[in-house]
Amino acid sequence: MKNLFRCCCFIVALGILAAMVVLARHALATPFAADQSASDLAPGSAQLINPEELFNILQSPKGEKPLILNVGPSLLYMQAHIPGSEYIGAGSDSQGIESLRRRVKPLPHNKFIVLYCGCCPWSHCPNVRPAYNELHKAGFTNVKVLYIADNFGTDWVYKGYPTIKGQ
Amino acid sequence: MRKSVLLVVVIILVFGIYRVGWRSSGRAKTGGPPAAVHSVAPGFSLQDLNGQPLDLANYRGKVVLLDFWATWCTPCRGEIPHFVEFQDKYREQGLQVIGISMDDGPKPVREFYQQFKMNYPVALGNEKVAQAYGGILGLPITFLISRDGRVAAKYVGEVQMPTLEQAIESQLQAK
Repeated sequence: MKNLFRCCCFIVALGILAAMVVLARHALATPFAADQSASDLAPGSAQLINPEELFNILQSPKGEKPLILNVGPSLLYMQAHIPGSEYIGAGSDSQGIESLRRRVKPLPHNKFIVLYCGCCPWSHCPNVRPAYNELHKAGFTNVKVLYIADNFGTDWVYKGYPTIKGQ
Repeated sequence: MRKSVLLVVVIILVFGIYRVGWRSSGRAKTGGPPAAVHSVAPGFSLQDLNGQPLDLANYRGKVVLLDFWATWCTPCRGEIPHFVEFQDKYREQGLQVIGISMDDGPKPVREFYQQFKMNYPVALGNEKVAQAYGGILGLPITFLISRDGRVAAKYVGEVQMPTLEQAIESQLQAK
């Protein structure tokens, strides 16, 4: 009986250890891990909004519609973007951040804003985190980032959500 | 006996958690929308970074690895040293790598080209070329084009190099 108890403890301890290894790996694999507010953009976090959720909000006749800002590369935006979204510039670029500052300056801090990019797989996107951090720093309290797991084509366009082309 | 059984259970448990963690750790995937495989690769005429004409039609008879990439794209940066290596390794057998950058301007591309000692032509892409290839709505996207100018494979996301190399060799062997 005593041995069985020891074995159970051993199993639990190993399980915890394995879970810690997995979490550590995940943290190391996420860029900007040292930046607290950026690391909040981990999949599943409250700052994110899924494509389906955003689509439902846009379709619904009720509720506040967000200001949708694209902070990705212009060539991707020109090929396809969310109707009603505005092109700001790449969030990884100082000019893009400056343009974002200018765009949101006149807005109330509780304005519902959705940022998106979709240039590359989520953990590699260089644009959404700096853009989110900028709005967070500026005091905006109702900002969501569209969670695009792989890219805008796979997670939005080819799933049949609406898009338009051009500037 | 009971200890042995428990040990096996522990090993299975630890391995299971490890695999789940590996799958969810955000590795880039290949796949994506249906590729226009076997269709004729759309032609394009661009200018490379040195101002020289870069016309896909001029590479008919070669196996072309056409890479849509950008300097800010982390998975692309990981792939390019391999493409440089492939270009050297398979040049004599008829491989031609071509890069089409989706950057907004040439300056970072020129710097990147020098830094990564790229040994194949690179041009700035545009909306027309992107649309011709079914829309480049995420990076990287890589096409393997056969000697007769058909799309042999399309890779969306960071490609697994052993898979790609095998496909290149297979295309090079096809006459």
